[in-house]
Amino acid sequence: MFNYVLKRILQLIPALLIVSVASFSIIYFAPGDPAETICTGPDGNTNPESVEKFRIEMGLDKPLHTQYLIWLNNVVHGDLGYSFRSEKPVFEHIITAFKATLKLSIVSLVVSLIIAVPLGILSAIRQNSLIDVSCMVGASLGVSMPNFWLGLLLMLLFGVYLHWLPVAGYGAGGDIEHIILPAITLGTGSAAVTARLMRSSMLEALGQDYIQTARAKGVPEQVVIGKHALKNALIPVVTMVGLNFGYLLNGSVVVETIFGWPGLGSLIVDSINMRDYMMVQGCMIFVAVLFVAVNMIVDISYKYIDPRIHYGAA
Amino acid sequence: MNLLEIINLTTHFQTPDGIVQAVDKIDLSIREKETFGLIGETGCGKTVIGLTIMRLLPPTATVGGEILYNGKNLLEVSETGMRKIRGEEIAIILQNPTTSLNPVLKVGEQIAEAIRLHQGLNKHDAKKKAIEMLDSVRISSPSRRANEYPHKFSGGMKQRVMIAMGLACDPSFIIADEPTKGLDVTIKAQIVELMKEMTEHKAMLLITHDLGVAAEMCDRIALMYAGELVEYAPLDEIFEKPLHPYTIGFLNSLPKKGLVPIPGMSPSLINFPDGCRFHSRCDYATGECKQKHPDMVEMGNGHFVRCFHARS
Repeated sequence: MFNYVLKRILQLIPALLIVSVASFSIIYFAPGDPAETICTGPDGNTNPESVEKFRIEMGLDKPLHTQYLIWLNNVVHGDLGYSFRSEKPVFEHIITAFKATLKLSIVSLVVSLIIAVPLGILSAIRQNSLIDVSCMVGASLGVSMPNFWLGLLLMLLFGVYLHWLPVAGYGAGGDIEHIILPAITLGTGSAAVTARLMRSSMLEALGQDYIQTARAKGVPEQVVIGKHALKNALIPVVTMVGLNFGYLLNGSVVVETIFGWPGLGSLIVDSINMRDYMMVQGCMIFVAVLFVAVNMIVDISYKYIDPRIHYGAA
Repeated sequence: MNLLEIINLTTHFQTPDGIVQAVDKIDLSIREKETFGLIGETGCGKTVIGLTIMRLLPPTATVGGEILYNGKNLLEVSETGMRKIRGEEIAIILQNPTTSLNPVLKVGEQIAEAIRLHQGLNKHDAKKKAIEMLDSVRISSPSRRANEYPHKFSGGMKQRVMIAMGLACDPSFIIADEPTKGLDVTIKAQIVELMKEMTEHKAMLLITHDLGVAAEMCDRIALMYAGELVEYAPLDEIFEKPLHPYTIGFLNSLPKKGLVPIPGMSPSLINFPDGCRFHSRCDYATGECKQKHPDMVEMGNGHFVRCFHARS
């Protein structure tokens, strides 16, 4: 087990190098210059002298590969650098934004599981019934409806017409009132996919011989479904939910932006717009590590839900 | 005294291609402590008989006739009542032990489940009983094996687990569906020995296509062809004086008789041919066989056969 985790961590290194080189060069070659963006005064004029001074201060006058190596050296020493804009450490910004994203991700995940798992199971055991058909039509709608549109509709209904919930914003540290609408927006989208998978893997499990065995023992139908079938049917669902959670954690750019949620997604978009190189780089590395870590946790959790999987020393 | 009496049993399945008449007007009875062999080739409907008795058929099935168990018609028992009978009074050992064990539950737990349900034992005592059952089917170090998952067991071991599971609540009637399928010769012999020993005082319906296994275990044998019984008789009668051409063909297809196959294929269970269902594959078929469907007739000594030419 320890060896397995170690191996996965070592595999992370080349991935991170590739991610950082790619994002470093893309933002470098993109038009726009952080020095000019930042040194532009409120009147729209730029002072060439201060632009030049900023460039030298920030090391932006050096060639690309030198900049990259300096950055890499700092990262290896645990320093993600400072934001050009706020002059505060990048890491501090990321952690603040990540807390907001984490909160939203967890609530969205809970919303999606509460919807998807019972509906998926119900559709499977009542296959081709009215409940099944309406759930699956609902799921298809949920998959095809764009996030931002659903978000705007919810905002309009609950925020503008009914005044039940705030339209957008983070409130006092992301309170429950502010989190409901973005969480539902994100949660329903992934619920639709999860419900479909839950239904199909439940149907597959219910068709297996061991279900017949359980019934032949005189096991009541609720236990046949809730224990014998569900334990098997959940295996593929856990994979997908895990991956989904990985995506949620990286911050949903669109939903965070329309709801003004100060998460990772918004942070990345803002930093790109401001050509805040250090910030973009820091976010990219953070997101990559996060994604790999979530995948690894999902893989390790298999061991606990599927006894056939074993991570040996090899 | 008959423990189980099946009268005019029909099981049909609704499918997109038409109605599959898997079991068609079958009569048979099983006495106490008797092992009754039901033999036939793949797809003749023998497994469906077992599932019909247990009422484990999918919703597409319709069942007619009567299944009297201790005088009680199982087809009229409520679903709750049936759940009490399953595993406790009648147990079925399903075919394919590899897929019939739940891969994510411990072997001991799968055996203990039935014990907890029917005998009201607590978790700990049920597990102890499950370990005893594993020991009685000769699984070595049973207390360790009880905590393992099915993928760590070989095919023969899984079959032993299935037997232990079926017998855990001491049922009085056992249906064994192809218990030796897919096992190699030495393991097969061990399983046959084990089953003989463990079911000595129980009635059993043994469903198989293996005449050798049937000869080892059964008191009486019935041959099934295309959804109906074609011949049944005590074991010795079948082997010494087979009457139905299908039985004769089946015996001749045994390896020690030179592996002579029966020509042709079984008819589809959706559209039966007119007349005797076996006539197109039968060397003795006459005009009568092509037009009229023969009835089961008694030939003495408890020997029944469905053939116009049995007397000649």
